[in-house]
Amino acid sequence: MGKGIQVLGHREDREVVTCDVVIVGAGPAGLAAAIRLRQRVPGLQVIVVEKGAETGAHILSGVVMDPVGLDALLPDWRDDGDRPLRQEVSEDRFAFLTRSRAFSVPEILFPARMSNRGCFVGSLGEVTRYLAARAEELGVEIYTGFPAVEILYDDTGRVEGIATGDMGIGRDGKPGASFTPGMELRSRYTLFAEGARGSLSKQVIARHGLDRDAGFQKYGIGIKEVWEVAPGKCHPGLIRHTVGWPLDRHTGGGSFVYHGADSLVTVGFVVHLDYANPTLSPFDEFQRFKTHPSMRDLLAGGRRVAYGARALTEGGWQAVPRVTFPGGALIGCAAGFMNVARIKGSHNAILSGMQAADAIVAAPDLIEPRSYESGWRTSPIGRDLYPVRNVKPLWSRFGLAGLVLGGLDMWAHALAGMSVMGTLRHRKADHASLRPLAEVTPIAYPNPDGVLTFDRLSSVYLSGVNHEENQPCHLRLADPLLPVRENLPRFGEPARLYCPAGVYEVAVASDGTPSFVINAQNCVHCKTCDIKDPAQNITWTPPEGGGGPNYANM
Amino acid sequence: MKKILVPVKMVLDSNARPRVRTDETGIDVAGMRMSINPFCEIAVEEALRLKEAGAAEEVVVVSIGPAKAQDTLRQALAMGADRAMLIQTDETVEPLAVAKLLCAVAREEVPDLVILGKQAIDDDCNQTGQMLAALLGWPQATFASAVRFAENRLLVTREIDAGLQTLSLPLPAVVTTDLRLNEPRHCALPNIMKARKKSLTVCVPADYGIDIGRRLKIVAVRPPAGRKPGIRVATASELVSDLRAAGLV
Repeated sequence: MGKGIQVLGHREDREVVTCDVVIVGAGPAGLAAAIRLRQRVPGLQVIVVEKGAETGAHILSGVVMDPVGLDALLPDWRDDGDRPLRQEVSEDRFAFLTRSRAFSVPEILFPARMSNRGCFVGSLGEVTRYLAARAEELGVEIYTGFPAVEILYDDTGRVEGIATGDMGIGRDGKPGASFTPGMELRSRYTLFAEGARGSLSKQVIARHGLDRDAGFQKYGIGIKEVWEVAPGKCHPGLIRHTVGWPLDRHTGGGSFVYHGADSLVTVGFVVHLDYANPTLSPFDEFQRFKTHPSMRDLLAGGRRVAYGARALTEGGWQAVPRVTFPGGALIGCAAGFMNVARIKGSHNAILSGMQAADAIVAAPDLIEPRSYESGWRTSPIGRDLYPVRNVKPLWSRFGLAGLVLGGLDMWAHALAGMSVMGTLRHRKADHASLRPLAEVTPIAYPNPDGVLTFDRLSSVYLSGVNHEENQPCHLRLADPLLPVRENLPRFGEPARLYCPAGVYEVAVASDGTPSFVINAQNCVHCKTCDIKDPAQNITWTPPEGGGGPNYANM
Repeated sequence: MKKILVPVKMVLDSNARPRVRTDETGIDVAGMRMSINPFCEIAVEEALRLKEAGAAEEVVVVSIGPAKAQDTLRQALAMGADRAMLIQTDETVEPLAVAKLLCAVAREEVPDLVILGKQAIDDDCNQTGQMLAALLGWPQATFASAVRFAENRLLVTREIDAGLQTLSLPLPAVVTTDLRLNEPRHCALPNIMKARKKSLTVCVPADYGIDIGRRLKIVAVRPPAGRKPGIRVATASELVSDLRAAGLV
């Protein structure tokens, strides 16, 4: 680095290290950026910090992966003996579900860009571990178990790196016997690759007004289980998506079922977080989905081996904020490059990491990697997102009918290269979509049977979640009394239901007084509470390093 | 003491939820988080405390396992160990073979103390330390809950059924650690960065001329039986009659 260290945000007890680029998050976007930087300029010092106890521990995705990103980043990956993707999609089904039936929608009705031909069924956790190994071979330093908790600025307002969290702070907020201060990583460029609703990304977007022209970001929650199915029921490469039951026609979302190797089948469900009924529980919708006849057949005689959940961005083209700012950029799902129509984002995550890296290399002395911001819309990322940009707004407005309209709009693009609708806006933020309890019909969910359907706690156990117990609660309430005072009477406190990990409860004392309970140690870091709380009263912050789920290959 | 040798093992993390293979040949650990065995971590911590108290000059860590076990050694280096060596093998190494390899390392390194975990949380054998002491012909103190170095002897407190037992050992000696011995430190990021530059040598079991062939045969690996769902009873008398009916009282 050419210049001296600015001292803004510096704390005397924290050691300082300087480097060229610091990357927050060792997911596909962050690792792709790191790999690309070292490929282009082998001498750059690139440091990646990751809050998960190890690479991949917090990665969760379907996944049917479009290899376009990997092909661009590591053209030789298909010849690598350690390649993480081996199973090509062999059969692609789509169905509309009613309670007892499944109506197949023929593949020919889908525009070509929806096709999953040439894509791979796999595990994004495994892809991530592979990318981490390749990055380390290239000299990237990856430090897992260290969350970035604070953005450092220089005196001009430029982002100048991050600080990792302190360790050994007690529940009372005071340093304990094993207190170990965090560290300041001061860098020329900082890339935020935290995934959907990153805690620092949220701060940097707000501070620099990056979403001023973007409108609302939209989100969904994806819940996933891996099943070891009975012999003969797994057809490697077979994938199926559904819409319809158990969701009503106004609620966006659907299921995915991907058959992999070794009798392992991924079963998952996405619920769009602009749902209106506060008694809806995405977790229980997913459990109910598995009782559909078509799912009972598949899962009978099998057993569930893994569980997890993660929020995803759905806003697409028109919701992507300005992706660069003085001192760095947002990449991957932190920027919102998920393609909701294709329900894929990891290919764009990799491409965006590469583009940000190229922008840094192209203009090492600029304070902002501008060519990334000015270039992505005309790049393959933009060409992936632009034609599907109206699918989500139409789905939100008109429910399932909107999804059909969205399909027609995609056909208009495929045939005429344009849309008659222009670009539709997202009308409101997801936290503003709930209707009061008094205006809705409460949803009653069946009890879990422990075989096909489960409760939250036995599910969370399978995520391997663990947090140091003696630490401050990482789910911060701006107003601790608001949940009981406002959310409970008006909405029945929806946190109890949208949280897929049983973190939030309303306990009632013997005298009938309700209180809001946060079981923070159950948190699987999905970020849904930060998104969906109607009062925006909950802020998700990173807990002590290494905490959270320990996904094996999700 | 001039040198303390700390053998450490990489094990499946205690929070991982491994899947027992349907063919009962073992567990599937692909992609699972691996960590330093907690008892070994305590041994590293104790060695470092002895060194920091001026009772030892050098702490050397050694591990036997796959290439990935280098991560475990790097963690011990980040905690403060001075150098590390990996005896690399992808085979499952049984306690006797581990003890023989460690015996060879000890003869080469000539430490004053070998301190290691009383057992590994993956196979729960609790044999290596004892076998190593026998092979070396050194005194041993197992299940240490306190270790003190004074007048060239080691005072080791052990938790036994009747209370606390304190042994006094001449050096060199072998000590195995219990859970209550200490609380290991956090690895600070600056120390992890510095640990990347510390010496870590890699060799293979054949370098010591030791046969690590397996002597035990695993017949089958099965998951524990699932818990049966309970029932709710309304009254104490109902509970008693149900317990009687089940033949439990």
